[in-house]
Amino acid sequence: MRYNVPSPLETRIISQRFDLPNSASIDTYLANDGYVALRKAIGMAPEAIIDELRASSLRGRGGAGFPTGMKWSFVPRNTGRPSYIICNSDESEPCTCKDRLLMENDPQQLIEGMLIAGWTIQSSKGYIFIRGEYRYQIEIMERAIAEAYERGYLGKNVLGTGWDFDLYTHSGAGAYECGEETALLESLEGKRGVPRLKPPFPAVAGAFQSPTILNNTETLSTVPVIIRMGGADYAALGTPKNGGTRLMCVSGHVNKPGVYELPLGFPLMRLINDVCGGMRNRKKLKAVIPGGSSAPVLKAEECDIPLDFDSIAKAKSMAGSGGILVLDEDTDMVAVALRTIKFYAHESCGWCIPCREGTTWLKKVLTRFHDGGGRSSDIDLIAELANNMLGRTFCALGDAAAMPTAAFVAKFRDEFEAYLKRSSAAVEPELAVV
Amino acid sequence: MTFSPALEERFAKLLTSYPPGRQRSAVVPMLLYAQDEIGHVSQELVEEVACRCGVTPLQVDEVIGYYSMLHRKPLGKYHVQVCTNISCQVVGGEDLYGHAARTLGIGNKQVTPDGLISLEEVECMGACSWAPAIQINYDFHHFVTRERFDQLIQALRDGTYQETA
Ligand SMILES: Cc1cc2nc3c(=O)[nH]c(=O)nc-3n(C[C@H](O)[C@H](O)[C@H](O)COP(=O)(O)O)c2cc1C
Ligand code: FES
Repeated sequence: MRYNVPSPLETRIISQRFDLPNSASIDTYLANDGYVALRKAIGMAPEAIIDELRASSLRGRGGAGFPTGMKWSFVPRNTGRPSYIICNSDESEPCTCKDRLLMENDPQQLIEGMLIAGWTIQSSKGYIFIRGEYRYQIEIMERAIAEAYERGYLGKNVLGTGWDFDLYTHSGAGAYECGEETALLESLEGKRGVPRLKPPFPAVAGAFQSPTILNNTETLSTVPVIIRMGGADYAALGTPKNGGTRLMCVSGHVNKPGVYELPLGFPLMRLINDVCGGMRNRKKLKAVIPGGSSAPVLKAEECDIPLDFDSIAKAKSMAGSGGILVLDEDTDMVAVALRTIKFYAHESCGWCIPCREGTTWLKKVLTRFHDGGGRSSDIDLIAELANNMLGRTFCALGDAAAMPTAAFVAKFRDEFEAYLKRSSAAVEPELAVV
Repeated sequence: MTFSPALEERFAKLLTSYPPGRQRSAVVPMLLYAQDEIGHVSQELVEEVACRCGVTPLQVDEVIGYYSMLHRKPLGKYHVQVCTNISCQVVGGEDLYGHAARTLGIGNKQVTPDGLISLEEVECMGACSWAPAIQINYDFHHFVTRERFDQLIQALRDGTYQETA
């Protein structure tokens, strides 16, 4: 199922089967290049598979954009211990809705990607960690897994190689923090999803303290394409160090919001104007949040950039999870900043103090501000609180909360000040009671 | 406790999905799947899951507060979740949530007196490009207007609502 009309400007590589009838069935998959890559990979040495990934310059689609080939090369092989393949399908970063489509429309592609990962490190077990709200998607994955067992792609002696690979779904139960890779691994063990100290990284001590490949749904779904077409050809679709295409999830004030597959480096303004039909109601663009709610906001005049990891980083934001929220001139940035921090305060796992306290205080101050009780010193207080969290929290959730908050204040200070003027009704409530 | 054959089958599968000695891994999925059948996480369920996974009831207890989908009290037969996170917020998600609370006459995490419907304001549910979005149990509804919301609620009340998941 697709929920928006595709655009002719897309480069459909990982979404190529999305519109085929019965796209989730293994027969459709097999009739359309399915499992060609696995057969090819089985004839390749692990090092050659990793070299293709390196050549593809595929970078993780979960948020951090880490080069996938390099990540796989860190996993110790032939240790005699079990190793695991974990797919991160927790998809909870606000503005992001693409992993769901990959599971709904092409579950076999994800399974094939996990099989290639499994073959590469000779792992015999994989888990797809899917957020609990995605029950329907879990059911689709389970049907797909059952079909893959029936056809000999999963289970004992995969395609006659003598190698066994079992694959399972694992349901989460509502917690953004479980998308953080080490918190996910704790959750997978049946515990509260609190992060682990890194290093050791999951590559070395991941699932059940064993060597693990852990990637995002989209990253793993891209692996078969790369093996099939070759790393260099895949890389050539994108820009240097930013290979290939990605699913960009556009939301907000455009005429045609939707998920579109576009090459990395696709210009942001073309995405808004040509792919998404321009701004809704002919309003002016005010700002864009380019990589999920953790990404610092860009002002309209900063939006003339290509959408790849390095260009967005150069603009002091991040490509993150590929969630692109477009905001028009009427948007109340204080309200968006408040809703954003409410989310992080709610989702902070409470494990480390700078994040637990920092997000709580930011929420309190912003709530007071938004409700008309702000003081002029609050604007700097918000910025100071946010900047004091940066880099001081146990996991990246603290940064994910602080970075956008600091940017909202720095870039839309005038709107915060306008709030003060509007609410100069001389209310001075004590911070503690708000 | 006794569960439906389908749930028993799922439990059996869960207990063999993890490496030997790692049955604790099944705790969270088991709680969620069982909650769907019996309506909430009761103390009896906590003990049952602990026993089946070979952990202490305390080890089960301590995860319940952490995961927002696990509920100690019964929800409505239909749990209506309205997303107000930013992609939904900027296209009317908060307005929709306010409308939902008013028309249902209940607040966040409350249940209608007949037990049919519960309401929750939730975080991003992965439908941002098709916002504002709601979930009724596990079904997604996209581009939800007030009118569409009212129709859905009417269907829940009439018994004509068809669940997909
Ligand atoms: C608070 C937090 C939440 C995250 N949520 C997700 C998520 O929902 N899905 C995801 O794939 N990665 C998420 N990540 C990133 C993961 O930690 C990890 O980097 C990623 O899954 C690795 O896969 P990749 O290299 O393929 O991107 C999150 C990170 C943090 C700090
Ligand atoms: S923000 Fe509402 S579904 Fe993502």
